[in-house]
Amino acid sequence: MTTRTARRARGPYLRAARYLVLFLFGCLFLLPVYALLVTSLKDPASVSVVTMWELPGKLSMDSFRAVWPKLQNGFVNSLILAIPASIISSILGAANGFVLAKWRFPGADFVFPVILFGMFIPYQAILIPMFRVIASMGLNRDLSGLILVHIIYGLPITTLIFRSYFASISEELIEAAKVDGAGMLRTFFFVALPIAPPAFAVAMIWQFTSAWNDFLFGIVLTRTEYWPITVALNNIAGAQTVPFNEAMASALLACVPTVLVYVLLGRFFMRGLMAGALKG
Amino acid sequence: MGEAVGIRLERITKRFRGGVVAVNEVDLEVRPGEFMVLVGPSGCGKSTLLRMVAGLESVTDGTIWLGEKDVTEDLPQERDVAMVFQSYALYPRMSVRRNLGFGLRMRGAAKQERERRVAEVADVLGLDHLLDRRPAALSGGQRQRVAMGRAIVREPQAFLMDEPLSNLDAKLRVSMRAQLSLLHQRLGTTTIYVTHDQIEAMTLGQRVAVLRDGVLQQCDTPPRLFRQPVNLFVAAFIGSPSMNFVSATVSRGAVEFAGVRVPVPTGSELATADRRVILGIRPTGFGVASSNGLPTLSVVPEIVEELGDERNVIADVDAPRVDTDATRAAVDAQTADDALLLPAERARFTIRVPGDLPVTVGEPLTLSISPDRLYFFDPDSGTSLS
Repeated sequence: MTTRTARRARGPYLRAARYLVLFLFGCLFLLPVYALLVTSLKDPASVSVVTMWELPGKLSMDSFRAVWPKLQNGFVNSLILAIPASIISSILGAANGFVLAKWRFPGADFVFPVILFGMFIPYQAILIPMFRVIASMGLNRDLSGLILVHIIYGLPITTLIFRSYFASISEELIEAAKVDGAGMLRTFFFVALPIAPPAFAVAMIWQFTSAWNDFLFGIVLTRTEYWPITVALNNIAGAQTVPFNEAMASALLACVPTVLVYVLLGRFFMRGLMAGALKG
Repeated sequence: MGEAVGIRLERITKRFRGGVVAVNEVDLEVRPGEFMVLVGPSGCGKSTLLRMVAGLESVTDGTIWLGEKDVTEDLPQERDVAMVFQSYALYPRMSVRRNLGFGLRMRGAAKQERERRVAEVADVLGLDHLLDRRPAALSGGQRQRVAMGRAIVREPQAFLMDEPLSNLDAKLRVSMRAQLSLLHQRLGTTTIYVTHDQIEAMTLGQRVAVLRDGVLQQCDTPPRLFRQPVNLFVAAFIGSPSMNFVSATVSRGAVEFAGVRVPVPTGSELATADRRVILGIRPTGFGVASSNGLPTLSVVPEIVEELGDERNVIADVDAPRVDTDATRAAVDAQTADDALLLPAERARFTIRVPGDLPVTVGEPLTLSISPDRLYFFDPDSGTSLS
C-alpha cells in the first residue's frame, strides 16, 4: 500500500520526464523534415548553408516553380506506374489470400511459403534476368513492363496481408455462404471482398509507396522519357553544383502523393466492418 | 412449399486426420417433417454429424440420403438444405433485406419472387421495420431472427440448426424456443437441431437422439427417453436435476441400499435375481412419507434450494456412490449444482419436494420410495435392467 502511494506520488514527475525525452527524440528525427520545409519555402537568393536553420524571411514558391518542369514528366510516369501496380497487385493478392485462408486446397501449406519466399529476393539479384525477360517480351519500351514487374513483386506481401486478414474472419460466415448456395467466386466477391477494405488500405499503401519509391527497376527497365520521378529527382539532386532549394523542393513534391495516399486510404483502417455478423 | 422429405443417415462415420473418430457408425432416420434434436455433452460429435448433413464436413464412411437422393458426396450448394449457425454468421456488409435474399439470389430466383418471399418471411418474423438495417444495428434477438429468416426464406428441404439459441440470454431463449416450435408446426419442414441443453432437446424435439463419444445411445420421443433410458448415460444426461444413483444389491425380490429394502416391481426379471446393481431414482421420484405403507428413507438435508413452488433438498445417503465414466460424462455437461454429486464419499441425493413441505437444514426428513419409480442398471455395462 505504501509503495503504491509512493509510486503514485512520483508518477507525474516520471511521466513528465518520459514525455520530455520522447519529445526531444521526436525533434531530433524531425530535423531533416524541418530543413526540407524551410529551405524549399525560402527565396532562392537567401538559401545558404550558414542560414539553413533559420526560418524563411518571406515565403516564396520560386523553388517549386523552378523544379516543376523538370519533374512533371517523371511525376506523371510514376502515377501511371504506381496506381495500376498497387490496385492490380492488391486485387490479385486478395484472391490469393482468400483461397489460402478460406478455401483451402491440398498443398496450400506448401504454396503459401513459396509465394512468401518472393519477398526475400533482392531486386539486384534478379535484375539482369528480369531485364532480359521483359526485353524479350517487348515490354521494355514503355511503362507496361515496369508495371508488370511491380505487380508481381508486390504479390508476396499483398498475399500475406490478405491471407492474415481473411484468416481472422469467422469460418461460419464462409460456411453460411456455401450453404446459401455460393461457390468459391461468389463467396469471394459477395462475402469476402465487402469486408476487406481495411486489408486493401494496408496493401495499397504499401504497394503504392514501394512502386513510387522504386529507383532501380525504373531506371533499368524504361527509356528516358518513361523514367519515374525517383530518377528525375536523382538527376536534380545529382547535378554538379547542388542548388539546395531546388533539391529540397523536388523532394517535397515527390513525397506528396505517398502522403496523400496514406491520408486518403488511412480512413479505411477503420475497425468494425465485421460488426454485427456474429452473436449478440 | 413442396412435400417434406426425410433424412436418412446410414452407418455414418467421421474420422479426422490424426485418427480421432468423432462420429462412429451412426444410423438415424429423420422422418419427413419431423423435428429431430441431437443432444449430448460437448465433444460428442453432434455438431460434426450436422455439418456432414450440410456438406461442410466430408463423410469418412456411410451414406446420407436427403429424400430419395444420395447426397453424401454433394457440395453444400448442391444440397437443398439451410443452416442456422450458433454465431448467426450474418453477412456484415449487407442489409437485412439482402441477408435474407442472398440464398435465393445465389440459387437464381427471379427478383420479384425474391422480394415477395423476403417480405413474407420478414412479416412472419417481425423484421419488416428492420429490412434496411445492417446487422450491426440489430439486437442479439433480432440478429437471431434474421439468421432464422435466412434459412426459412429459401424454403429448403431441411433446416439444420447448430445451437441457434445458445447466444441469447435465458429469458429470450425460452421465448425463442416457443416461437421455434410454432414455426415448425406452421412450416412442417424437416429439421435437425443440435444442442447440448437437454431441456431444449426435451421441449423442442419430436424425437431426441442422444449421442456420446460419437455413438448414438438412444433415439426416442422425450417422454420415453425420460421414462425408459436404455443406459446409465442417457438416464444421467436427461432430466434436471439429474438422476440420483447409488450402488445397491438385489436379492429375494427386493433392492437394498442405505438400510432400506424396496420391493422390485413384480414381473421384472430382477424379481428372482441375486446381484449387484446401480439403482437410479429421479429427484422427483420421492414422496413425502405418510402411512401409505411404502418403504421410507430418512435423510438429513444439507442444502435446501428454494424454487418457489418446489424445493431441491440435497442430502447424503449412507450408501456407496456411483462414479462411472457414463455418469461423469453426463454430469460434466450439467450445471454446477449437479457437480456436487462428485466430491462426497457417500452418495449425495437431490430430492425435489413440494414447496409447502416444511424443510430445515439439519432436521431429519423422511421420504417414501415408490417401487415403480426406480431404475436399475448393470454396474459393468451400464445398460438398463428394467
